[in-house]
Amino acid sequence: MKFTQKLAAAAVLVLSMGMGGSAALAAEEGGHAEQQNWTFAGLFGTYDEHQLQRGFQIFREVCSNCHSANLLAFRNLSEEGGPGFSEEQVKALAETYTIEDAEAEGGERSGVAADRWPAPFASDQDARDANGGALPPDFSVLAKARGIHQPFPFWVFNYFTAYQEGGADYIYNLLVNYHEAPEGVEVPPGQYYNSFLGGTLAMGPPLDDGFVTYEAGEGEAVPETLEQYSKDISAFMYWMADPHLAERKATGFRVLIFLIVFAALMYLVKRRLWANAH
Amino acid sequence: MAGNSTYNPTNPVEKWLDDRLPLVRFSKEHLMDFPTPKNLNYWWTFGAILVMCLGIQIVTGIVLAMHYTPEATMAFNSVEHIRRDVNFGRIIQGTHAVGASMFFAAVYIHIFRGLYYGSYKEPREVLWILGVIMFVLMMATAFMGYVLPWGQMSFWAATVITNIFAAIPIVGEPILQLLRGGFAVDNATLNRFFSLHYLLPFVLAAVVALHIWALHVPGNNNPVGVEVKSERDTLAFHPYYTMKDMFAMVVFLIPFAWFVFFAPDILGHPDNYIMADPQVTPPHIVPEWYFLPFYAILRAIDFNILFIDSKLGGVIFFAGSILVLFFVPWLDRSKVRSGSFRPLFKPFYWVFVLNFIMLTYLGAQAAEGIYVVLSKIGTAYYFAYFLIILPVLSRIETPAPLPTSISESVLSKSAS
Ligand code: HEC
Ligand code: HEM
Repeated sequence: MKFTQKLAAAAVLVLSMGMGGSAALAAEEGGHAEQQNWTFAGLFGTYDEHQLQRGFQIFREVCSNCHSANLLAFRNLSEEGGPGFSEEQVKALAETYTIEDAEAEGGERSGVAADRWPAPFASDQDARDANGGALPPDFSVLAKARGIHQPFPFWVFNYFTAYQEGGADYIYNLLVNYHEAPEGVEVPPGQYYNSFLGGTLAMGPPLDDGFVTYEAGEGEAVPETLEQYSKDISAFMYWMADPHLAERKATGFRVLIFLIVFAALMYLVKRRLWANAH
Repeated sequence: MAGNSTYNPTNPVEKWLDDRLPLVRFSKEHLMDFPTPKNLNYWWTFGAILVMCLGIQIVTGIVLAMHYTPEATMAFNSVEHIRRDVNFGRIIQGTHAVGASMFFAAVYIHIFRGLYYGSYKEPREVLWILGVIMFVLMMATAFMGYVLPWGQMSFWAATVITNIFAAIPIVGEPILQLLRGGFAVDNATLNRFFSLHYLLPFVLAAVVALHIWALHVPGNNNPVGVEVKSERDTLAFHPYYTMKDMFAMVVFLIPFAWFVFFAPDILGHPDNYIMADPQVTPPHIVPEWYFLPFYAILRAIDFNILFIDSKLGGVIFFAGSILVLFFVPWLDRSKVRSGSFRPLFKPFYWVFVLNFIMLTYLGAQAAEGIYVVLSKIGTAYYFAYFLIILPVLSRIETPAPLPTSISESVLSKSAS
């Protein structure tokens, strides 16, 4: 092999091994993750509005009783690339919440679209007290703060498929894997066994079949099962963590096509120029 | 290489300026007419790619600094604010983060190019040493930049890496406190790291200027390693190499853009999306991929050497692994520059490359079992390559016959 080819091969190896080595480490303790077919995965992936709306419903009715989402503003819900609520809907929704505001009369007022999502507890300490000492993590970027473990060589492919939805897969697998603890595993009071984590955590199973009645969307019949709920909330959480995904990929396409065409033209000019160089 | 100029100021303003500050003449000499060996391959485009990388980091960095808040309780959310609310913020922030990785990928290729073609040899020692200085500056800059988003990995990497200095006898503890601005990593650390992270790229830019100056005194080395003998061996930098370098830059931007737009988080660690928390230690603290080979060397020394305890030993090997690069020009005494004409050198070089990749891999693994053994072997080979193999090879090796000139080698290649 020529030096050139060898070094190129070596460079690819270094990049993939080194980077994968660190990226794949998160959640190593966990069990096997069932990867889902997310609509927002891959090159052409974008969010499914209806799924985000369903996810939002679960978030609002269930998760937000314990989890905050400090970086989510009501207005985000009507922004491009998101769940696609109308501005009126968002305004009406925001008004149903009371926001603490030291400058308002009585220290409180009803919400407006620019407000952030109100936290369920006044402080971290209150949140712990209400949850047996465990702090429910903030949802804003939680879907980016988790990943799944993939054995070598599978994570190498991620660089070529642009798979980075490990956080959504993590949350999905967490939610559907609450089971009886196997024989011999001690589950302390206030803890729940989860086979995906391969251990226990302080959050009980927050969802179950039929737990949430989906607001009727455009004639579609969406199953009200644990799996469906888990998918929908995971997708919603991923959107919350990466709200500009669709726009970013769309720009990326234009940039990549431009670069490839430009590189091809440059190559032709370069070859022409060098033809008389020797 | 002065005096290559064909610059003839035509209009009176240009002439007036030329008599006072020959800026245009200088640029023409160094950016256009500079005689460059005509056989440079694409590995020689990485210097230009590195200049581009530095430019991208500085431009995106300045925009980020306009929106970033260097304060421990606000830094994390201010980076999220950039990603979410600033116009094009996700792309600018992603370019800066991905750009750091691309910068290192390019610099590793650049260094390994130099090691293969013997570009560090006489008369290019100073050029090489300036390169190593830039490598150290880059590592310092990247390390401090990684701390700024104030995520869990930021915080714990800062803790672990600054802690390395504590192992140095006597001065270690004061250095540690100076770096951190106190006893522990906290807001003071974040403030000084931000300040230095903004400063160092400009220092780097100044050293780049020296690096290119030092390049333009002896001129480029080339793939056959035979010095330029006549004009027939060279081409003007412009348009030949400006065109070739620009083409290579555009190609380099393709994987760059791939990561920025389609997978901006894949090179990072999920834990850095959790705000720094001094109370919670992450299960695995791993540095960014580009530090891993050196991190593996640091951890490989887990035994005491005579009166030196393992911690100090690790630091000595860690520092030594970079310091040794400064001495390469004097460790490799072979008169032949290019590895292509050194039959014995070649296999050892490629084992060195593979070994470096192995160390990268090992740096990300838990320090246990087989990984520890392999790290020790890898570390041993890393040092043996520079301290034993290169000096010995230069004595015992019989190099292949060299072409008499660059143009001869080019001709024989196009004939075959
Ligand atoms: C009754 C309160 C409560 C509700 C309701 C709740 N959670 Fe939690 N959640 C917690 C607590 C407490 C933790 C922290 C668990 C721990 O640290 O052991 C947690 C942790 C989590 C985690 C992080 C697990 C990890 O990897 O560390 C995720 C993800 C999560 N919850 C998702 C959800 C989702 C999705 C919903 C809604 C369907 C939800 N939670 C509803 C209390 C709740
Ligand atoms: C910010 C980082 C760097 C920048 C911007 C940079 C830039 C350049 C440029 C523009 C060139 C001429 C083109 C080329 O040969 O590729 C060059 C050559 C060179 N660089 Fe660097 N460089 C950097 C880091 C380094 C490092 C870390 C080393 C070594 C440790 C190094 C060693 C060399 C050598 C030996 C040459 C001469 C190569 C030859 O002529 O054969 N450089 N550099």
